[in-house]
Amino acid sequence: MIKAILIFNNHGKPRLSKFYQRYSEDTQQQIIRETFHLVSKRDENVCNFLEGGLLIGGSDNKLIYRHYATLYFVFCVDSSESELGILDLIQVFVETLDKCFENVCELDLIFHVDKVHNILAEMVMGGMVLETNMNEIVTQIDAQNKLEKSEAGLAGAPARAVSAVKNMNLPEIPRNINIGDISIKVPNLPTFK
Amino acid sequence: MALKMVKGSIDRMFDKNLQDLVRGIRNHKEDEAKYISQCIDEIKQELKQDNIAVKSNAVCKLTYLQMLGYDISWAAFNIIEVMSASKFTFKRIGYLAASQCFHEGTDVIMLTTNQIRKDLSSPNQYDTGVALTGLSCFVTPDLARDLANDIMTLMSHTKPYIRKKAVLIMYKVFLKYPESLRPAFPRLKEKLEDPDPGVQSAAVNVICELARRNPKNYLSLAPLFFKLMTSSTNNWVLIKIIKLFGALTPLEPRLGKKLIEPLTNLIHSTSAMSLLYECVNTVIACNKHGLSFSQLCVQKLRILIEDSDQNLKYLGLLAMSKILKTHPKSVQSHKDLILQCLDDKDESIRLRALDLLYGMVSKKNLMEIVKKLMIHVDKAEGTTYRDELLTKIIDICSQSNYQYITNFEWYISILVELTRLEGTRHGHLIAAQMLDVAIRVKAIRKFAVSQMAMLLDNAHLIASNTQRNGICEVLYAAAWICGEFSEHLEEANQTLEAMLRPKVTTLPGHIQAVYVQNMVKLYASILQQKEQSGEKEAAQEITQLMIERLPQFVQSADLEVQERASCILQLIKYIQKLQIKEVPVAEEVIALFAGELNPVAPKAQKKVPVPEGLDLDAWINEPPSDSESEDEKPKTIFHDEEQRHSRHRQPEIDEEELARRREARKQEQANNPFYIKSSPSPQKRYQDTPGVEHIPVVQIDLSVPLKVPGMPMSDQYVKLEEERRHKQKLEKDKKKKKQKKEKRGKHHRHNSLHTESEEDITPAHHVDIITEEMPENALPSDEDDKDPNDPYKALDIDLDKPLADSEKLPVQRHRNAETLKSPDSEAPPVEKSKKPKKKEKKHREKERDKGKKKEKEKKVVEEEEEKKKSSKHKKKKHKKEKEEKSKDKKKSKKKHHSEEEATESVQNGTLDDEPLPVSSCALAALTYDIQGNLQNDSQVTVSVIFENKSTSFLKSMELNVLDSLNTKMLRPEGSSVHDGIPVPFQLPPGISNEAQFVFTLQSIVMAQKLKGTLSFIVKNDEGSTHEKLDFKLHFSCASYLITTPCYSDAFAKLLESGDLHMSSIKVDGISISFQHLLAKICFHHHFSVVERVDSCASMYSRSIQGHHVCLLVKKVTFSILLERGKYSCLKCPGT
Repeated sequence: MIKAILIFNNHGKPRLSKFYQRYSEDTQQQIIRETFHLVSKRDENVCNFLEGGLLIGGSDNKLIYRHYATLYFVFCVDSSESELGILDLIQVFVETLDKCFENVCELDLIFHVDKVHNILAEMVMGGMVLETNMNEIVTQIDAQNKLEKSEAGLAGAPARAVSAVKNMNLPEIPRNINIGDISIKVPNLPTFK
Repeated sequence: MALKMVKGSIDRMFDKNLQDLVRGIRNHKEDEAKYISQCIDEIKQELKQDNIAVKSNAVCKLTYLQMLGYDISWAAFNIIEVMSASKFTFKRIGYLAASQCFHEGTDVIMLTTNQIRKDLSSPNQYDTGVALTGLSCFVTPDLARDLANDIMTLMSHTKPYIRKKAVLIMYKVFLKYPESLRPAFPRLKEKLEDPDPGVQSAAVNVICELARRNPKNYLSLAPLFFKLMTSSTNNWVLIKIIKLFGALTPLEPRLGKKLIEPLTNLIHSTSAMSLLYECVNTVIACNKHGLSFSQLCVQKLRILIEDSDQNLKYLGLLAMSKILKTHPKSVQSHKDLILQCLDDKDESIRLRALDLLYGMVSKKNLMEIVKKLMIHVDKAEGTTYRDELLTKIIDICSQSNYQYITNFEWYISILVELTRLEGTRHGHLIAAQMLDVAIRVKAIRKFAVSQMAMLLDNAHLIASNTQRNGICEVLYAAAWICGEFSEHLEEANQTLEAMLRPKVTTLPGHIQAVYVQNMVKLYASILQQKEQSGEKEAAQEITQLMIERLPQFVQSADLEVQERASCILQLIKYIQKLQIKEVPVAEEVIALFAGELNPVAPKAQKKVPVPEGLDLDAWINEPPSDSESEDEKPKTIFHDEEQRHSRHRQPEIDEEELARRREARKQEQANNPFYIKSSPSPQKRYQDTPGVEHIPVVQIDLSVPLKVPGMPMSDQYVKLEEERRHKQKLEKDKKKKKQKKEKRGKHHRHNSLHTESEEDITPAHHVDIITEEMPENALPSDEDDKDPNDPYKALDIDLDKPLADSEKLPVQRHRNAETLKSPDSEAPPVEKSKKPKKKEKKHREKERDKGKKKEKEKKVVEEEEEKKKSSKHKKKKHKKEKEEKSKDKKKSKKKHHSEEEATESVQNGTLDDEPLPVSSCALAALTYDIQGNLQNDSQVTVSVIFENKSTSFLKSMELNVLDSLNTKMLRPEGSSVHDGIPVPFQLPPGISNEAQFVFTLQSIVMAQKLKGTLSFIVKNDEGSTHEKLDFKLHFSCASYLITTPCYSDAFAKLLESGDLHMSSIKVDGISISFQHLLAKICFHHHFSVVERVDSCASMYSRSIQGHHVCLLVKKVTFSILLERGKYSCLKCPGT
């Protein structure tokens, strides 16, 4: 089981938090802080597994994380998950984000956290891995977006226009979180079917 | 209309959306909190609008704020509104918000049941999908029970997208509602062979999760999984299956043999490291006996550990630790590699290596390994890692009863060195070790005491920054050891003074308490020493010192400290008086602490078997009113050791009294089967205190300096130990062919040489490790470690048994009173089982709306108690009502009557404290229950349960009711209105049975009370008597209601139709919670909740004649007011 999925940036600002166990909002923030503290002080070339998160508990649990440019992707899992498998899953997640957002960067996650949640929901459900095939995930997401667009119809057009205007003021930030940079070090599962 | 829509959407454009919110927060870095609170105010405004788009936009923003740590549970109801939007766009936003913030404590969650059910059966697969995803995050036991059947149906959906989600969510359903596991399991099993790989993978996933917790129930699936393993190409599935086999093989050894071959094949063929790794893991698990193969695994793992990839290194070590459990030898040969990993820069890897070390120590290398670890302790930066090191050192040293420790002085010095760690959380661990070693290793006591005295002397170093860190716990141990073994103390005076320092009062209370207690022990031994040497002055001085310093403890805020200190102060004052009279007191004082303490196993108390014929729950005497029994033990927060002392301490010591008590206590102990008798080791006897004979002889290792100046250095011991071993070896060479060692004496270490292997290094001094005592006939340890609260325990269900009818999943039911089953503890359990299941699928669609007008009826339930004139027995009656059936007679003239009736009944029914309709008498009891009849709208059936409460036989029972104009009992043809109806059974003692009686009604808008009599014959040995029991039946208006679910759109239409009449009422003084109140209304008055907004709820019910009854309940601040809203009634078009 996956207990929680967290994304935060190099400064510990949460970009997505998904807990599959109930924690109060305060505890959630504490967990995020603690996890950031644990993860951020680790060097780049150490292993991606971490024990000793106190809050999200128990000796059975592990933090498995990957660091992409400005973002940390952290999965907290118990012993029923394969460590290397989860590492691959993170990779699939990031690649899927990259596909859906076209060259994903931190800004995409900041402004479209709801979309990130929707993508995640197609991969992990209630703490269990639902789908690992990227093409399948992307297909479902596209279909849902299409449905959304058809629902908005005419009425949605002016809103989209306004939001486009608003977005013109966005500060220019390099749009790349460089998933190519950190290639997968582990000889991974060749394919997910 | 169209114009309105366009206008709405133009307005919306300028609302702040999620992106604007995020941007705003980024632009207000300085006053973020203020900005967000502004935004929340805006959101609150938006939530009040009717436009669903605005609402969902607001909810979307709330979801973002939730991530930032803001509690958004206040908007739970709005989230439900957005969830029930018809458009997928909004629905998804609603479900996302719900999945982020709903949990079992969310009270409105019960309102979602029908919405979710509707979405699950939606023609749009994404509606279903989004509902399943959301539900997986917030499923509660109630939701699981109500929706299990729907989800099970979805497992066979045509679309794999839905199937895989439905399969996956079943795991969550099982957890919350374990009863669903057996009925759902066959279908789940089918899904293992689903044509779609995603569904298959989901099914494997669920079964693996289940089997991990209770593997034995899934053994029968092994062949199926075996087939999957050999055929599947999906690595995810393979990994899961292989992991599952790892859990199954320990239960079925034959499985292991079968697995080896395919696993070996996989290891050789796969290119996926993750799969390879799991294969190796499972091979380790299933290959407990084949040493050669695990050797191969170890070699493979060594390659992993040596890999430059840190992840593989980590996993290699992790797997290695699994081998360690079964084949420690094969791991030990890789010690070099593992020690090397201790120096790795990566903490995760170091921790794993530490774990391995535990299994690798031997007598030979223990000191070396611990020395290495101590170096790491000094270097370690993070407290977590340092704490981990500390626990590991202690674990390694203390494992298997200190098996590997050859020199306990070394170990004590290690422990003392560890006290220098700052900020560790494990002070108590060190303290426990010190106590354990000092108590159990007799030979070390002298050394331990000297070290502890030094610790006490340097307490300021330890206690300086102690309040936060746990290291001061060691002072607890130090004080106790110094006190208990004070005869070994050389500078007792100095130690006593150290313990009396004012600084001590800053320590935590429990430590001070131990200080106080052990001061007296110290004091006693000093006193004795002085008296023996005739230094009366010195003896008095020390008494004076105690009297001067003790008051600081008497003033302590800690009760325990205060109490002990004041007792002891009195004692010492008394001693002082005696001293002035020149009476020798030392022996008396020391007698207070006579007796050896034996280590007792932690579980000993639990293991004492209960002697035959002893019932621990029975009262020995009548329950005491107020006086306490004399031998009641005080509840202390201390260890057993202290407890025994504290009982010994007496404020007055009068010799006779003491002797008497001692005798009494001995007597008591001798007779007490639970008193743990001391070991045969010679006990200290207070009579012959002087002299040294009774002090356990300590074998002193002369080569080791007993007094280490300053803090001890464990390193010295390492060197000494090396020399010692070297010498040993030389001697051994010399004596090679001589006889084995003789008995060990003072210098045993030089002559106690084994001609055995090098591994068997002789301990430095004779160590008599006392085993912890266990009571005689201790029960074998068994279920000690099982946690009764394990949520997975409920899922330990035998899946191979055929399914019984009773286990079928509850079929779709409506949101009726049952889903609202509240914490209403008063609700009699009988009612549950009798709830009729109704299926009504009329109103199905849904829009949200807010009903304002409701109508209301109210049922009155009461109880009766009556006395019988003729006999002496009092008779009471139970009554209960639920629902009623009715027969069709008249359909007109309802409106106005019902209005009056309801108002009236509302007034006489107080909602908060409904009297339970239950009463009873010595002989018999009646419980009744009124049920409406769907087919027959002016008839109700009253089920009466007769219970015989006497010891006699009841027969010829006849029930008669005095009919009213409105309500008449239906009697058999031909009987007159005054005849009773015979009850068709007899009642043996203690038996109850149920009979049904039908009543016809003219009007359902009137509450009725009918008087009745039950006559019966009581037959016992002495003959039979005729008895009567009077009772009253209450037909309140609410008993003519039938719980009927209603959707908010239908509800809204109903309200808009204007056909309803209204009235309202306020009820004061209700003290129960709103939710509780709603549940009560639902339960007792057959209403169902249509929707609930904060403290305001719309409710609906229908009478047996088809009248709609709507009710609006509002909670008004301050006192809870019940506004029985706008009541009205109309003819239902349908009926």
